[in-house]
Amino acid sequence: MTESTHLSLHVPEPAVRPGDQPDFSNVKIPKAGSVPRPEIDAAPESMRELAYSIIRVLDHEGNAVGPWAGLLSDEELLSGLRHMLLLRAFDARMLMAQRQGKTSFYMQHLGEEAVSCAFRKALSKGDMNFPTYRQAGLLIADGYPLVTMMNQIFSNEGDPLHGRQLPVLYSSKEHGFFTLSGNLATQFVQAVGWAMASAIKGDTKIAAGWIGDGSTAESDFHSAMVFASTYKAPVVLNVVNNQWAISTFQGIARGGSGTFAARGLGFGIPALRVDGNDYLAVHAVARWAVERARRNLGPTLIEYVTYRVGAHSTSDDPSAYRPKTESEAWPLGDPVLRLKKHLIARGVWSEEQHLQAEAEIMDTVIEAQKEAESHGTLHAGGKPSVRDIFEGVYAVMPAHLHRQRRMAGC
Amino acid sequence: MTRMTMIEAVRSAMDISMARDDNVVVFGEDVGYFGGVFRATQGLQAKYGKTRCFDTPISESGIVGTAIGMAAYGLKPCVEIQFADYMFPAYDQITQEAARIRYRSNGDFTCPIVIRMPTGGGIFGGQTHSQSPEALFTHVCGLKVIVPSNPFDAKGLLISSIEDPDPVMFLEPKRLYNGPFDGHHDRPVVPWSTHPLGDVPEGHYTVPIGKAKVRRPGNDVTVIAYGTMVHVALAAVEETGVDAEVIDLRSLLPLDLDTIVQSVSKTGRCIMVHEATLTSGFGAEVVSLVQEHCFYHLEVPVIRICGWDTPYPHAQEWDYFPGPQRIGRALAEIMKA
Repeated sequence: MTESTHLSLHVPEPAVRPGDQPDFSNVKIPKAGSVPRPEIDAAPESMRELAYSIIRVLDHEGNAVGPWAGLLSDEELLSGLRHMLLLRAFDARMLMAQRQGKTSFYMQHLGEEAVSCAFRKALSKGDMNFPTYRQAGLLIADGYPLVTMMNQIFSNEGDPLHGRQLPVLYSSKEHGFFTLSGNLATQFVQAVGWAMASAIKGDTKIAAGWIGDGSTAESDFHSAMVFASTYKAPVVLNVVNNQWAISTFQGIARGGSGTFAARGLGFGIPALRVDGNDYLAVHAVARWAVERARRNLGPTLIEYVTYRVGAHSTSDDPSAYRPKTESEAWPLGDPVLRLKKHLIARGVWSEEQHLQAEAEIMDTVIEAQKEAESHGTLHAGGKPSVRDIFEGVYAVMPAHLHRQRRMAGC
Repeated sequence: MTRMTMIEAVRSAMDISMARDDNVVVFGEDVGYFGGVFRATQGLQAKYGKTRCFDTPISESGIVGTAIGMAAYGLKPCVEIQFADYMFPAYDQITQEAARIRYRSNGDFTCPIVIRMPTGGGIFGGQTHSQSPEALFTHVCGLKVIVPSNPFDAKGLLISSIEDPDPVMFLEPKRLYNGPFDGHHDRPVVPWSTHPLGDVPEGHYTVPIGKAKVRRPGNDVTVIAYGTMVHVALAAVEETGVDAEVIDLRSLLPLDLDTIVQSVSKTGRCIMVHEATLTSGFGAEVVSLVQEHCFYHLEVPVIRICGWDTPYPHAQEWDYFPGPQRIGRALAEIMKA
């Protein structure tokens, strides 16, 4: 006779909740430099353990160590630091602008600046990102004008999207940044299609898909993985694991899988897990995967282990679901401070220079904001026209939209 | 001119489009080597190679999602969903992505894709091989929605759709693939070779999107239909002897309102027919537009003859399908009123 028992439903819970002591003792952090760097053309089966470890370059003292170190020049690292500082200053000002009612909504990158900023440096002109709403570093690191970003956030007369899109849902073909959608995960499979197109045409460009930890549960994550695997598409598939999907801890999306990177293994896709707060490690891993794609060796899945320090959005209050001091306890630290420490250890940066750079960058952002605000904010000043509602639904406006536009009085 | 079935016409449209434009790619489930479960892509892989016509995993959101990405790159994907009933996993990609990319990016990116899908009933397809989900597309701004009723239009409209700069939902009534069908299921199947609209030019031509076609001029009542129901309506009109004007919409979105208004203003009577379920079906939109634009010409209320508001049954196929008898009764009724 088979023994039976009453079944019970397992619902994962984060280790701590508001009021508890933050605890990341379950997050295993390997020593910097301890994870091997496989050959670009290594077989996926030969690097399975990389999906369960964390590739790190910067050690506690700020030194770059191990096989993934040594790719970037002083100058490149200094520009990387500037990109992260710029993104952080931009976030701070736009957060404040939202609180002042100049826009309806904003989403910060606090703590995740290294991921998109360092990744952008590994791409070439013409490559295409399919980002989520938390990769504005891709634009910043590519020199996209701050004023244009702000115009979009303020939905003003200078908004390149003519007021049609929610703030932060940017679009720039020129800067390899696919139009953002509010629908999660959809762009992950589109990135695979773009990469397939590049392969179909015998091009040399590659695509990068982006997704958060929570959205890996969407079906389009799986569609993307199977299509990328089947056609060996030249795509880098990026999972940004910032531990949180609004209020839901990553264990709900990850389920029984050891890591998000490990999801790649079942599809035969090489999977790397990297310290998302280590600018050098992010860049090195991105460059490895980009080169793999460009050499027609197929897709790579990368999990960036990081922490969402800020609220999910300006509409969110994280103190309702996680300890207030949790980000301070995060064992991978702050990406800006870690790169700063490294640059100082390298002898090319100093506390004074850092303070000065922060001040200069803030001035730049404030200057840009003044200019953007001169074109209007959500409720004041220049606005997109009512006619803009009806344009661009189709290449050529059909008769019914002409009728509706007349009804709208324009 | 040559005689073609609707399958052959659809295949010819893709063949010609692929030959004219290297950026046209064709893919879907069983579409490559095998040539499609309905043979619509037969021979295309052999002719154009595996990178232009290929098989995909069974993932509708993957098919449409990758097509959108390819279109963003600059290709013109013409993809197949094996049955319209199975487009639902791709509905997010179709409605939130394909339809909106031009608008939300202010033309920075566009989505010139065609999604072909066999649609409609009358083939004992049961619940998931018979649906007509066109209203779920016509409600989505940014899409174009086409339902051809014959080989000539199918080819010309499909070429237009592939060349169109916007996403097109191309619904092919599978009941019409091999021959016209007037709803008389107890009679032998008629092949397209016996029908004038089975005459299809071999080369390139287009049928404009957004233009309806009057299939039978008449003065007493306007019957508006599309797809299989065009043939059913024509049969019902002949059998009742009513002098009806039968309009084949061909394109549901954008809709040729002028042709409808012109006809109903002349006849003063209107019957809307479709296979899809009644409530919130596309007919509701047409009827609403007719009352808005033809109110003072209407002599009687507009009637809708549609599929019942139930899932598409199997055994009761002919009690569900709006056949010539139901339309005939409606014609008689509306002429008495």
